[in-house]
Amino acid sequence: MSKIGVFICHCGENISSTVDVVRVAEAAGELEGVAFSTDYKYMCSDPGQTMIKQAIKEKGLTGVVVGSCSPRMHEPTFRKACKEAGLNPFMCEMANLREHCSWVHDKSEATTQKAIDLVRTLVEKVKLNKPLFSIKVPVTKTALVIGGGIAGIQASLDIASAGHQVILVEKDPSIGGHMSQLSETFPTLDCSQCILTPRMVEVAQHPNIKLLTYAELEKLEGSIGSFKATIRKKAKSIDENLCNGCGTCTTKCPTKKIPSEFNTGLGMRTAIYVPFPQAVPNKPVIDKENCSYYQKGKCKVCEKVCPTGAIRFDQEDELVEIEVGAVVIATGFDIMQPSGFPEYGYGKYKDVITGLQFERLASASGPTLGEIRRPSDGKIPEKIVFVACAGSRDPAKGIPYCSKICCMYTAKHAMLYQHKVHHGKSYIFYMDIRAAGKNYEEFVRRAIVEDEVNYIRGRVSKIYEENGKLIVKGVDTLLSAKPVEIEADMVVLASAAVANPGAEELAQKMHVSYDSYSFFSEAHPKLKPVETNTAGIFLAGACQAPKDIPETVAQASGAASKVIILFSKDELSRDPLIAVVNRSPAPVFSTCVGCFLCASACPYQAIGEELITNRQGKVIKKVAKVNPGLCQGCGTCVAFCRSKSIDIQGYSNEQMCAEVVALLNND
Amino acid sequence: MTEFEPKIIAFVCNWCTYAGADLTGTSRIKYAQNVKIIRFPCTGRIDFMLLLKSFGEGADGIIVSGCHPNDCHYTSGNFHARRRWIMFRGLLDLLGIDVRRIQYSWVSAAEGAKWADIVNSTVNTIRELGPYTEYEKVAGYLEKEANQ
Amino acid sequence: MKIGLYPGCSLTGSSREYNESLLAIAKEAGIELCQINDWNCCGATAAHNLNKELSLSLPARNLALAELEGMNELVVPCAACFNRLVMTQHELSEKNDLRKLISDKLQLPLKNEIKIYNVLQFLEKHIVPRLGQLVKNPMAFDVACYYGCLLVRPQNVMKSERFEDPMTMDVIMQKLGANAIDWPFKTECCGAGFSVSKIEIVGELSGKIVRNAVDHGAKAIVVACPMCHSNLDMRRPAIDKYLNMKMDIPVIYITQAIALAMGLTPHQAGIQRHFVPVNLPVNLPVNR
Repeated sequence: MSKIGVFICHCGENISSTVDVVRVAEAAGELEGVAFSTDYKYMCSDPGQTMIKQAIKEKGLTGVVVGSCSPRMHEPTFRKACKEAGLNPFMCEMANLREHCSWVHDKSEATTQKAIDLVRTLVEKVKLNKPLFSIKVPVTKTALVIGGGIAGIQASLDIASAGHQVILVEKDPSIGGHMSQLSETFPTLDCSQCILTPRMVEVAQHPNIKLLTYAELEKLEGSIGSFKATIRKKAKSIDENLCNGCGTCTTKCPTKKIPSEFNTGLGMRTAIYVPFPQAVPNKPVIDKENCSYYQKGKCKVCEKVCPTGAIRFDQEDELVEIEVGAVVIATGFDIMQPSGFPEYGYGKYKDVITGLQFERLASASGPTLGEIRRPSDGKIPEKIVFVACAGSRDPAKGIPYCSKICCMYTAKHAMLYQHKVHHGKSYIFYMDIRAAGKNYEEFVRRAIVEDEVNYIRGRVSKIYEENGKLIVKGVDTLLSAKPVEIEADMVVLASAAVANPGAEELAQKMHVSYDSYSFFSEAHPKLKPVETNTAGIFLAGACQAPKDIPETVAQASGAASKVIILFSKDELSRDPLIAVVNRSPAPVFSTCVGCFLCASACPYQAIGEELITNRQGKVIKKVAKVNPGLCQGCGTCVAFCRSKSIDIQGYSNEQMCAEVVALLNND
Repeated sequence: MTEFEPKIIAFVCNWCTYAGADLTGTSRIKYAQNVKIIRFPCTGRIDFMLLLKSFGEGADGIIVSGCHPNDCHYTSGNFHARRRWIMFRGLLDLLGIDVRRIQYSWVSAAEGAKWADIVNSTVNTIRELGPYTEYEKVAGYLEKEANQ
Repeated sequence: MKIGLYPGCSLTGSSREYNESLLAIAKEAGIELCQINDWNCCGATAAHNLNKELSLSLPARNLALAELEGMNELVVPCAACFNRLVMTQHELSEKNDLRKLISDKLQLPLKNEIKIYNVLQFLEKHIVPRLGQLVKNPMAFDVACYYGCLLVRPQNVMKSERFEDPMTMDVIMQKLGANAIDWPFKTECCGAGFSVSKIEIVGELSGKIVRNAVDHGAKAIVVACPMCHSNLDMRRPAIDKYLNMKMDIPVIYITQAIALAMGLTPHQAGIQRHFVPVNLPVNLPVNR
């Protein structure tokens, strides 16, 4: 037997000036099932809330309807008041008499009647409300961070410093990512390795961080608070406990001519190698595809010279299962490859290189020890042309977006070149100069004024070789409005930032959505930049969209804070307005026929299977089951179900029907 | 003879249109009283049989409104709703129900003025179309059959 | 096998040899090319920007006439004519109402389904498969294949994969035994219509093309467009003036190259019509 209490608010004069609130309360009082109905000036105030609490206790109310402002405003307020009075908070609903009624209509009979109709509708709904309890999901306080670049490093350090365990998985032999390949960073011209390596060491030594390098995510199962991840530790062919990082093996390896990935193909490495001197961990791995022993069965020099006997040719990949409560994706980005630029001759002419390759040339630990030299003949270039927007902002190349970092790093490259080669001349062909960060515009000005970098506004149509020089054909649209031809010694293409190869596959493994460029999708572009649509999986860094280091670090800390919030409780509490598949006793068990249309409609993969077995263990029925930890309560599944076997708590079929009937019948 | 005042029911999603209607209120933009809102978590939740139920209970017109495509709070609910609407519209046609009685729209949380426009134009349309009496006739006929 | 042919003004006039060589090799390959009866100008001047309807109607009439004659395929050797016809087909296929409007104005039915080929597409489809047995006189020397601007553009209509570095002509020349060099001026502008208004510009632009081809060791430039040919060949004096030296490299049409490779005489290939004497480093049959 329902005993609903109705509380109509005047909201000062906001409602009462156009709606006859006294009459609304009276009309509500006459409804069947309403045990108490009153009006008051400010329902959300302390005395107003006290009034509700008292009525609940004195009248033994089973439900409450507050006719006042929008539930988007005060629903939590009134539900909390009900809870404090001992009434299940989900037995409280609000009728929107202000935003949807008093504020949008003039004072009239029709307006008051509408208010009466709205209250009546919610009363009929509340009669069918059931007490609901927040869902508790246990939380494993270990985080999985995928990707060991600056984003992954920052996120790991933040989460670990908050006292939680972190497992950092990196697919390359060392952490550091692209930032470790840079020479100096804008706008300060800080040495990149100098600011990065302390963090890398901190990660390696942090008691709460377990570092797994040369490893990748194989599988991810489970849901927020209780994921199960399978990590594939690729065989390094080294016993890490025995290896002391002396590096003797790398000096003695006879296979020396493998293009170094770290040096972007401009330098060589050996088959057993450490990617760069400051690598963390500073232990080598064997590149099986290029090692003489693995390919031809010969050699084994490294094994012979190793002082600790750490070489293990028979080592296999290892699959490790870990339980984590949250995942942070920090897999970074890649640079667009040569096949995209036939008109620039990238790949054809050795002296046409990408920005990342230029970083390696400029880097003191690079293949030329920091001297800018042409890859073709090793000579120092007298004239360098930088081509901005090589691929970016170009729908014909399939990349209509802006890669964000190129304007700044191109200015930086030109400055570094001018600092190293004083008599050199540099030219930058640009479309716009995007220098929107702190101190960025000043940095570009410095390049133009102090370092005399020549900025030419126009695009480059073709680059070809003639008499040992690279002829760059472009146009100057600002000063002369004429075509420009420059005979350059080297050309640097600021090629577009693109998603890593394999990004799609990784996203699919984790059920994270990605856009048409394979960048991972954030849950809301404005308000949720570090969350994904998959609860418990967060994003940090350039894997979401191209960005520079300050933004990456900020976003990584943001993702870490989301993880820390998640871990601040032992249990997750979620709104119980979720879908439930009906169950009933044998022999029906459920009206669900197991068509799983609902599962296909669910954007959160929240619907799984439940096997119903008889006493002997034989499966008699397969029905749908909603994972309360994942369901977000949209109700798409409910509208899909042909047998009406799944329903949403709080927006059930019965309730919605009752609302419709109540709204349209005012007798 | 009193002028016919249409009874119109609106099924809106909590995250966009409901919030948009809230904004209309906050902006104090006035519109006709004939439309009353029922809150849904998402337009994807709307079982279109509820629309028929509404006509059966005396509605003269219906508004269904949610987030713009690609903006759904639950990612894809509004896509499902849209697809359902397209199929349902064909069925309504077949049944002889004037599709102009149902207004399907996207109103975001920022489009307070748009909500008012939609309400006003729908009310005008329904006023021109007149009260929806077909269901009564059918219901009356069925009752007569049942009583025989 | 019967295929439609739209010659356009150039093939009956300034590029007569293009037509002659094309018909000759088609005949050798057993293909009959039939000119569309009562074909009209395709409107390939800059004027097509001034009157949209006329610019579509002129090519559309040719397509409609071809359809009436029962043609399923149409080869258009002149690159500019080809561009007008294919762009018209593209636009009318996207806008049905426009197609009906133009069809009404022309008073001709227009289904707009005929397949339009430029000479390279036609050669690739119909001649190259039969080349094997027909090559009697391999063109065993270095050639520079020059595509000009219209054969691979616009990108969204032509949908060629390699619009910065096309290879279709190169592949055909290779099948004839030639070494098609890799050079960066394949699609650079020759000066186009400035051929009549500002010849110095043609001298400069075409001059750069010719010099680059010669620098890369080419013994002939192969083209598939009457405009390319006339700028590189007929305007050689302007080129020589710009480069300040006399350039001897001959310019031949791809159809002429195939004709010579098939063992046809120079006269049948029409090379006597060129301004720059065609001296190739291979033996050619004597004219009868």
